[in-house]
Amino acid sequence: MLTSQPDSLGHFGPYGGRFVPEVLMAPLEEIEQAYNEARTDPAFQAELHSLLADYAGRPTPLYHARRLSESLGGARIYLKREDLLHTGAHKINNCLGQALLARRMGKRRIIAETGAGQHGVATATVCALFGFDCVVYMGEEDMRRQRLNVFRMRLLGAKVVGVSTGSRTLKDAISEAMRDWVTNISTTHYLLGSALGAHPYPLMVRDFHRVIGEEARRQILEKENLLPDSVFACVGGGSNAIGIFHPFIADEQVKLIGVEAGGRGLSEGEHAARFSGGSPGVLHGAYSYLLQNRDGQVLLTHSVSAGLDYALVGPEHAWLHDQHRAEYVSISDGEAIQAALTLARTEGIIPALESAHAVAEALRRAPSAKDQVFVVNLSGRGDKDTDIYRERLPEIDEPETHR
Amino acid sequence: MNPKRIASYFDRLKREGRTGFIGYITAGDPSPDLTPSLVAAMVRGGVDLIELGVPFSDPIADGPVIQRGAARALAAGTTLAKVLDIAAKIREQSEVPLLLFTYLNPVLRYGLDSLARAAAAHGIDGCLLTDLSVEEAGPYSTAMHNHGLDTVFLAAPTSTPRRLSLTAKYSSGFVYLVSRTGVTGERQTLSSNVEPLVQAMRERTSLPLAVGFGISTPEQVRQTGSLADAVVVGSAFERAIEEALASGADPAAALEARARALAAGLPSKKR
Repeated sequence: MLTSQPDSLGHFGPYGGRFVPEVLMAPLEEIEQAYNEARTDPAFQAELHSLLADYAGRPTPLYHARRLSESLGGARIYLKREDLLHTGAHKINNCLGQALLARRMGKRRIIAETGAGQHGVATATVCALFGFDCVVYMGEEDMRRQRLNVFRMRLLGAKVVGVSTGSRTLKDAISEAMRDWVTNISTTHYLLGSALGAHPYPLMVRDFHRVIGEEARRQILEKENLLPDSVFACVGGGSNAIGIFHPFIADEQVKLIGVEAGGRGLSEGEHAARFSGGSPGVLHGAYSYLLQNRDGQVLLTHSVSAGLDYALVGPEHAWLHDQHRAEYVSISDGEAIQAALTLARTEGIIPALESAHAVAEALRRAPSAKDQVFVVNLSGRGDKDTDIYRERLPEIDEPETHR
Repeated sequence: MNPKRIASYFDRLKREGRTGFIGYITAGDPSPDLTPSLVAAMVRGGVDLIELGVPFSDPIADGPVIQRGAARALAAGTTLAKVLDIAAKIREQSEVPLLLFTYLNPVLRYGLDSLARAAAAHGIDGCLLTDLSVEEAGPYSTAMHNHGLDTVFLAAPTSTPRRLSLTAKYSSGFVYLVSRTGVTGERQTLSSNVEPLVQAMRERTSLPLAVGFGISTPEQVRQTGSLADAVVVGSAFERAIEEALASGADPAAALEARARALAAGLPSKKR
């Protein structure tokens, strides 16, 4: 039976590890130690559990999408409704956990990166709740395409710093957050938002999201009295995916399907499908599949979804991929948009663009999966993406001009 | 076999009672063809060990000045292979010790052993990998030492006693002490962390100690130089290149002048 736990230096097989400048090594050791103590401290766990239940809104429903399933005529599709959580996405699970940890370590200044803005909003939210100072780094391109979330963060009292280097997206926001962290290490906790970065982040972020899969597993057994045939999740850094996958890893009959951003097609610079065009390399502290050129420079990526637009995949996914325990596919920008439209029209649920990638893969497979059970992690809701949906679906925005 | 230029260099400094002056330059900034002459200018100005920086797309440890230098170098088509060619050209004209200064990923892509072999053949004397911790450094160190190259590691003000000892153990040639937390770049004042860090490292190793990060004035060179065996300046040189490019001046002349001005701060004789 395959279990997936890292070694003491954070290696999942060959992946993961701790590849950062020396200045950050001792702080990472400090976080690791604090986290190891917290995870076995009943008081910490009880406070986290209470916040997840009463503040964030856990457990989230596992919803049988009947109209969607019937329209496809195949698999019974269940949606894990992380989109119903406070702040609109799964990100709050990890933010609450790390905020408690920061308080435990005596850090009162929090920095974070954000792509789509969901992690930034969740971070700004917990900082308001805990009374922490909050600085969120966000690529200027992402600020442009996720304007609503930028304002939400500011409304919550966070400072949003635009990053104008590189591709002006998530990758550059992480670099800038790391530069802030090395400068302000004694006062500051870096609340990294995905299962990325140097050890112990991939492990810790996964553990805080594991509740998604634990609930989903229990709920599907209650509703169907069996385990699902397939579990789908979108993979940017991979936090929602590892959170729902992990409790199913030992259930070998359950297919785990990670969906990366296929963007405008799988040529260089047009996508963020690390398992289709990447090879192992190091970025932002971890060794994993990376989109890079032959000289080891990191490639620019593209996805309509800012949250999936990143050059490296979380290291545990690289391990699950190589072990053939999870399968990774890609969905294009257009397919994701169409899947969002289908879900909106059949179930009255507008998904985040990120989650729409997972929905799209489930829609593709459902017709030929008669009597199978699918669980799709609906990791976030689509309000933040309204501008992009409007742009991409002009015939809906102004139907009379398109007759 | 490698002539151990780094060890001879520090031996010479010791004999002569001098403080070393280490200069960083991003190879390929503003173009690969120019780097050998820019290095020669730095050496004329008083720099006596060169850190040859390999530009990387995501330089998380660097401030804005070196970030822009790396971007210019990459835009000019600089690759790790070209940096090695640059090193060979420098070596044709000079015996100045050369330390390859790089992020890990381009090295992984090139191959650890291939790089060590090629670096030694192109006249490089040692390597420093900014984002490679001693914990992950086993295969790298083996490859470098097999080809006679020194491995320089960083120690920082945040390093715990255990980590300082590991850094001392894994380093050869010299140890690079980071004077302050933060990214590379010029600062107004010198960090008060330097002296205790130097002392803590002296207790652990007899290797020479170089101190860098944030040093940009002759006065800072003097203060640091009184504590360490060598002083490292980086961003101030990169800024000289940038300013020369912006004003249409000759970057070589600017680097030589900057080096000469900073070298004036070096303590004349020690102990």
